[in-house]
Amino acid sequence: MSTLTLARSLNEGLRRALEDDPKVLIMGEDVGKLGGVFRITDGLQKDFGESRVMDTPLAESGIVGTAIGLALRGYRPVCEIQFDGFVYPAFNQIVAQLAKMRYRSRGQLALPVVIRIPFGGGIGAVEHHSESPEVLFAHTAGLRVVACSSGPDAYTMIQQSIRSDDPVIFFEPKRRYWEKAEVDTAAPVSEALPLDAARVVAEGSDATVLAYGPMVKVAVDAAAAAREDGRSLEVIDLRSLSPLDLPTVADSVRRTGRCVVVHEAPVYAGLGAEIAARVTEECFYSLESPVLRVGGFSIPYPASRNEDHYLPDLDRVLDAVDRAFAF
Amino acid sequence: MSVETGGSSAAEELMPTAPAAAAGLAPAAGAAEELIQLLTPEGQRIRHSDYPLDVSARELQGLYRDLVLVRRVDTEAVGLQRQGELGLWASLLGQEAAQVGSGRALSPQDMAFPSYREHGVAWCRGVSPLKLLELFRGVSNGGWDPAEHKFHLYTIVIGSQTLHATGYAMGVQRDGLTGGSTNGDSANGDGANGDGANGNGSEAVIAYFGDGATSQGDVSEAFNWAAVNNAPIVFFCQNNQWAISEPFERQSRVPIYQRSRGFGFPGLRVDGNDVLACLAVTRQALKAAREGQGPTLIEAFTYRMGAHTTTDDPTRYRVAAELEAWKLRDPIERVKAYLLRSGAAEAGFIDEVDAEADQLGRWLRDACRAMPDPAPLSMFEHVYAGPQPILDGERDAYAAYLDSFADTAAPPPEPDDDEAQPAQPAVAQAFARGGEEL
Ligand SMILES: Cc1ncc(C[n+]2csc(CCOP(=O)(O)OP(=O)(O)O)c2C)c(N)n1
Ligand SMILES: [Mg+2]
Repeated sequence: MSTLTLARSLNEGLRRALEDDPKVLIMGEDVGKLGGVFRITDGLQKDFGESRVMDTPLAESGIVGTAIGLALRGYRPVCEIQFDGFVYPAFNQIVAQLAKMRYRSRGQLALPVVIRIPFGGGIGAVEHHSESPEVLFAHTAGLRVVACSSGPDAYTMIQQSIRSDDPVIFFEPKRRYWEKAEVDTAAPVSEALPLDAARVVAEGSDATVLAYGPMVKVAVDAAAAAREDGRSLEVIDLRSLSPLDLPTVADSVRRTGRCVVVHEAPVYAGLGAEIAARVTEECFYSLESPVLRVGGFSIPYPASRNEDHYLPDLDRVLDAVDRAFAF
Repeated sequence: MSVETGGSSAAEELMPTAPAAAAGLAPAAGAAEELIQLLTPEGQRIRHSDYPLDVSARELQGLYRDLVLVRRVDTEAVGLQRQGELGLWASLLGQEAAQVGSGRALSPQDMAFPSYREHGVAWCRGVSPLKLLELFRGVSNGGWDPAEHKFHLYTIVIGSQTLHATGYAMGVQRDGLTGGSTNGDSANGDGANGDGANGNGSEAVIAYFGDGATSQGDVSEAFNWAAVNNAPIVFFCQNNQWAISEPFERQSRVPIYQRSRGFGFPGLRVDGNDVLACLAVTRQALKAAREGQGPTLIEAFTYRMGAHTTTDDPTRYRVAAELEAWKLRDPIERVKAYLLRSGAAEAGFIDEVDAEADQLGRWLRDACRAMPDPAPLSMFEHVYAGPQPILDGERDAYAAYLDSFADTAAPPPEPDDDEAQPAQPAVAQAFARGGEEL
């Protein structure tokens, strides 16, 4: 066990993947000498060389497009997109090419490409550096979409994603990069919780709160605050956004009878909408209230001096829980 | 007094021929002879037959003043970021001449499309530095009126603005405000010979971007679109040698200015730390665009003397000696040396500008600190042209939610837009000169 930041956990996971499989490559803007703007790839170019850890030209479409070619040639590229708001130049390559190649080839071609995207707000950044575009990818068949929320998960999930034979869009909660946790880097990845499984992070009996990425901490804090008010919240970290681990969610909601979904992305047509529909279908007779959603508003991510008003926080989660109990 | 290039003034003897001077600035093998330079790093004025720039002493003083004041804006902004008043700042240190030279080459009617580092161009377009601070403080996403200043909003997503600029230039063409042939199909109704075609009303467009941006597909598409349409646009690339941590060699195997040839339009490399060369070359390229000769690519060869932004640590990826070498080519020092040596200004003028910079700095610091946070509910404004029921519902619900805290804690006061801010001194108003002289 070692105490690592989430950023460092990712770094250790990437290092492990580079060691385990000579076909693993890292590519992106500033990932070499600088180690990425968040230092996730710190030291990797020094240790694995420029042909395995590549500073690419400044072009996201090129990064993903050439990663596809490298994957066709047997490599397992891990692409870094510097910030959430800069993935769009690569959108065509991701949704029209990366996602569909297996299907188009009737299973003859696999594209084991991982696209790492630091996402979400809360760091006081300028425009385009705080977005949550996960649902654009979750809506695209052929992509796996995951989000880690803690160091231990970051360490294993990045390795599982690299081993996946499907393309994976890997979302990293940038505002949690500096949070520390105990990480067991000796434990074999093969024994970790599967990549597409959700995890119950706090047990409870009165309501289920679903979250992922940066919002897991908010949900856990809300559960602690609710406990003081005599309410027992169960918190589930979804981890995989596509596919969804519906059995874990439904089991919980059948016990608690209430469900609140929290994400930074806009509520409108967000992941919460899909979850609400599924939970309603699966757990209709157990529900004491409608599934409620807490998330961003139907506006572009605001200037940072207003982001605390935009982002769901503990109070807004508890407010939703109150509303669920008021039904 | 005059320090014109053609005169038999004292300046004459200070003007060696171009190659001799350019040899002092040899950026890469074989590139020196292609670098257009009118003022050496030592402050020697040199003659260039293609760019017979006439600059009066007053104009020269104006350029010097611009350079010093925009550097001060930059220094203050870095300081304000360190004190937590700004979330971030992208410093223009070292790129003042490229920005002031090209910015002062613009006519009032010309339209500029910046990236995110063009604080010097913003200055020339009369955008208050405070508006720039607003953006980096997180108060707005760019609060100036692009039409008023003929200066578009900053664009952070690399390269995107080059296409916007190209499309805008195609619009200028269709409005008949470009002279000569548009090379376009007249069935497009581009009215090439309309009223303003050859007169003062002719407009041109300038797009700013960096060396890293040249890798983006958008930028190649913009080059191609502009060429195919013979659009009245100048592509002004500030090659500051770095895209965050990546040196230029990671972006391209050929010098940037040569990239335009494959698309069918001329490209030039200018000493980006030479304000006179940047002014002359940009002016000429804009003129060509206005006259219907189509696009030009200008590579301003310069150096990012500071960090990429205030969150960056360049010691991780570049050696200090590089910066030291570029300090010898400082864009301001050479103008100062020339001003004093040629007699275009006296020491008193230098002191006056310094005092003016101090005053500007004080105002900027005070005004930044006094800048109110935006009202929470203002974030719901301007998403659509009119009402949108889902959004309006969200706003109302959030307003009610905020009200529910009214008993426990006072909500943040709704700021009164201008009232809290210190009055703007004359020096800060002077940025609004916007190309009046040059
Ligand atoms: C599409 C996109 N990808 C990545 C970034 C992150 N980023 C911001 S500035 C920058 C480097 C830009 O270099 P250059 O074009 O040379 O301009 P400079 O910053 O040197 O002025 C990068 C990669 C971005 N803003 N947009
Ligand atoms: Mg650059």
